[in-house]
Amino acid sequence: MLAYIVRRILYAVPILVGVNLITFTLFFVVNSPDDMARMHLGVKRVTPEAIEKWKRERGYDKPLLYNAAAEGLDKVTDTIFFQKSVALFAFRFGQADDGRDIGHDIRQRMWPSLAIAVPVFLVGILVNVTVALMLAFFRATYIDVWGVVAAVILMSISMLFYIIGGQFLIGKLWHLVPISGYDDGIDGIRFLVLPIAVGVVSGIGSGTRWYRTIFLEEINKDYVRTARAKGLSELRVLFGHVLKNAMIPILTGAVVVIPLLFMGSLLTESFFGIPGLGSYTIEAIQAQDFAIVRAMVFLGSVLYIVGLLLTDLSYTLVDPRVRLQ
Amino acid sequence: MIPAPAQGENPTGLRRGAAILAVFLSLAACGPRPWNNPYPPEQRGANILYSAFSSRPKHLDPVRSYSSNEYQFIGQIYEPPLQYHFLKRPYTLEPLTAAAMPAVRYYDAGGRPLPADAPAEAIATSVYEIRIRPGIRYQPHPAFARDGAGRYLYHDLDEAALAGVRVLSDLSRTGSRELVAADYVYQIKRLAHPRLHSPIQSLMNRYIVGLAEYARELERALAALPPGEHWLDLRRHPLAGVELVDRYTYRVRIKGKYPQFRYWLAMPFFAPMPWEADRFYSQPGLKARNITLDWYPVGTGAYMLTENNPNRRMVLERNPNFHGQRYPAEGEPGDAGRGWLDDAGRPLPFIDKVVFSLEKESIPYWNKFLQGYYDVSGVSSDAFDQAIQFTSAGEAELTPAMRAKDIRLVTAVQASTYYMGFNMLDPVVGGDSERARLLRRAISIAVDYEEFISIFMNGRGIPAQGIIPPGIFGHETGREGINPYVYEWRDGRARRRSIEEARRLLAAAGYPDGRDARTGRPLLIHLDVTGGGPEDKARFDWLRKQFRKIDLQLVIRNTDYNRFQEKMRKGNAQLFMWGWNADYPDPENFLFLLYGPNGKVKHGGENAANYDNPEYNRLFERVRNMDNGPERMKLIRRMVDIVRRDAPWLWGVHPQQFVLHHGWYHNAKPNLMAHNTFMYRRLDPALREARRREWNRPVLWPLGLAAVLLLTGLVPAVVAWRRRERQPARRREG
Repeated sequence: MLAYIVRRILYAVPILVGVNLITFTLFFVVNSPDDMARMHLGVKRVTPEAIEKWKRERGYDKPLLYNAAAEGLDKVTDTIFFQKSVALFAFRFGQADDGRDIGHDIRQRMWPSLAIAVPVFLVGILVNVTVALMLAFFRATYIDVWGVVAAVILMSISMLFYIIGGQFLIGKLWHLVPISGYDDGIDGIRFLVLPIAVGVVSGIGSGTRWYRTIFLEEINKDYVRTARAKGLSELRVLFGHVLKNAMIPILTGAVVVIPLLFMGSLLTESFFGIPGLGSYTIEAIQAQDFAIVRAMVFLGSVLYIVGLLLTDLSYTLVDPRVRLQ
Repeated sequence: MIPAPAQGENPTGLRRGAAILAVFLSLAACGPRPWNNPYPPEQRGANILYSAFSSRPKHLDPVRSYSSNEYQFIGQIYEPPLQYHFLKRPYTLEPLTAAAMPAVRYYDAGGRPLPADAPAEAIATSVYEIRIRPGIRYQPHPAFARDGAGRYLYHDLDEAALAGVRVLSDLSRTGSRELVAADYVYQIKRLAHPRLHSPIQSLMNRYIVGLAEYARELERALAALPPGEHWLDLRRHPLAGVELVDRYTYRVRIKGKYPQFRYWLAMPFFAPMPWEADRFYSQPGLKARNITLDWYPVGTGAYMLTENNPNRRMVLERNPNFHGQRYPAEGEPGDAGRGWLDDAGRPLPFIDKVVFSLEKESIPYWNKFLQGYYDVSGVSSDAFDQAIQFTSAGEAELTPAMRAKDIRLVTAVQASTYYMGFNMLDPVVGGDSERARLLRRAISIAVDYEEFISIFMNGRGIPAQGIIPPGIFGHETGREGINPYVYEWRDGRARRRSIEEARRLLAAAGYPDGRDARTGRPLLIHLDVTGGGPEDKARFDWLRKQFRKIDLQLVIRNTDYNRFQEKMRKGNAQLFMWGWNADYPDPENFLFLLYGPNGKVKHGGENAANYDNPEYNRLFERVRNMDNGPERMKLIRRMVDIVRRDAPWLWGVHPQQFVLHHGWYHNAKPNLMAHNTFMYRRLDPALREARRREWNRPVLWPLGLAAVLLLTGLVPAVVAWRRRERQPARRREG
């Protein structure tokens, strides 16, 4: 298994280089270093000298990808792409273009994101699996039919509607929780209730349908019929056998997103005033802060690769037949 | 209503559970604070102003900061020598830390003194002498902390000493010292610091004697810093144009005559900076923790920043060392009637603390304002109809729902202008020919800004009659104030000239029915804009309709702001939309937008229309150096008339600010020039607390209903499950 993990890590290197190159290209197609300087120096009274100085200090006065004026290896290394990318592989994100330490900001903002994302993820899985098992249990009855109809309706509604509707009903009309805000510690729970509830409810529709499909596929297999024939209760059949055997597709969808949980949710965090990472990248794109954009895209890619690796590893835990070589 | 228990369930247990739930909910409902209060319990009844910020400020260093969302913080902390009177209009400068208004002396090229009324062209140097008041002290700050031997405690922190330090307050010892003139001198030197990129450096290079050379000297000094040294001590590098006279007095030497310099002296760029702070924040260990001068201000103002988390919350607290100031005793007529003089003579500040929370979206902000959790709010387009209605006379007033909550409305016309400019370098719409002038005037009449304000700004603006907005010297109202080329004075008010007249002008320009008389081809006008949202589409449709009124075809080229700026720099636009916010309340700050040597294409300046009229330029060069008075007014009238005639802009709109505040918030008079206004505001926290409780009683029946629904859903499910479990196996037929 160790060899497998090492091989996967080595595979990740060209992927990360590619992602970095694509991010770099896309960013600089839209923004030139001059634009970045202008954005950071302000709209008013910016002189060409100030722009040149800003670029020089931050290394944006070099060629983007290829330095024809340089000698030897410097043709490639003395470029914006190389200079800005290498440190990323050592997870040194450096400073944002406004001078703030990116690593510090990420460490600070990931906790509020996790405070929302982890409960939404765990409670969401619990609720979705439970409801899906219930629908599977009552399959082909009016409960199943109306359950699926409700799920389709729920998944057809925009996330924004859930957020604004939740804030309107629970925060504004019924005054049960704060409409938005965030705090640390126990007092922070009251701020989390609504966004978590909104996150879970908004995911019920799609989650339930997905898990129901998986369970129904399992439920029609021979081993289930055998279990029933041996006299096991339906609950025992569902939780003891069907759920266990449906774990591979469940894990495929679930484990891969675990590392990405800390990247947060843009909409939820914006509307609930959660100071998380959800809006960090978008704000950086708006501010033309390439340092943050490249750091966040790189981190997202690393986490996604880690998620895929964890998914593969988790298969070995739930299915003894799977061997990673 | 609680449903009857299902057969087989324990009715006593269910009833007991319901009773416990009911008692719990009742107790919670009678509790001491509303459930939806977003603030900690210990802040209940406290004298705290609650506000918000939607995006994190970029810079809090007074030498770099240049936007209103940053000034709302640093304006309360840093104190330049001058400030704007809180109540007087037109905006009036008065001393802040200065003992008196600066004394200005003029000298000729030979260094000989000149009288105060000397002509501007004879003045080679102006010297501003500023004496500050003794006894003003800085806020408590670790940069000033010293040990018993007088050594600074935190000026040489290594990694071991910084272990566990995450924010500035983790450095527990603080100190303070008296404000001295050297701190102002230090800050002026920082304007030229190569690493700070002050946005006004290039402007000040033109005025402060020796500043440009000083910047080059600092570049060399920085390069010569020994390895491991991060601080450049500006005290060791004298600046020719700034002189320290004594402990409390300094002089600034200005090239020529530049009366607007006194306005800059009321901006944070010229606030004091203690060298200790610069030294303290230069340490790399602090920088790695985002503890920098750009994020943690050090000042003498009424407030100090005690919590600085731009990702979440910023908190200003009363500065215990504040030198004290009193609420003004005079204002403009009508202030007393609105209660804005009730606190005359009382010591400032009134409010102990200002809490800014991150609030990215307007909907939650507005709802929390209505619940009493924010004290002041703007009026977003979403909430406009809920908050504002217009009387038959066109006056904005609050809706009954707002009045019922004792919400008040204050309005103020901003010292800003949003205009549509013609590129005067363009061969079709630009140039000094009569043809182009008539074309521009025809378009000026056709684009109905009154309608624009009504449709797209909810009436929050006034159509501009010229380049100078209300509240600025040179702006005129009434018949004298209208733009006669676009409006006529009828029935006591300005009325836009008719479309027929616009068509006649267009025909006279050589475009009858919107076609070029020589070629017969329709005239296309290209407008460069930024933006692409649904609201923008409606705006663009409206603009096309305005041009169609005179049979012109408008082609809108929508680009991102980067490309737009590039087009403007290269002069590739034909017609464009832009705006300008005043730095200071002087007509020069608007008139310079059409000054030829300030053209964007040729000189990289702010004259985006590239308008260049020799007579206007000559007049501007006289007007910019004059003090306000009849002579200046006369010249400004002439300048305004020239640009109205030439019509390089469609003068557009001066936006109007609508601010709502609760009844417990006092002294709400808007002051759009002053930055240190929080200290004048006053709250009635007891009234606010009572209102919050009244407006936010928890509504508990939905919780009960949810529980009932859950139960009623569960019971049949359990029954069905039991039935299925107990039923015998059935043979599947077929």
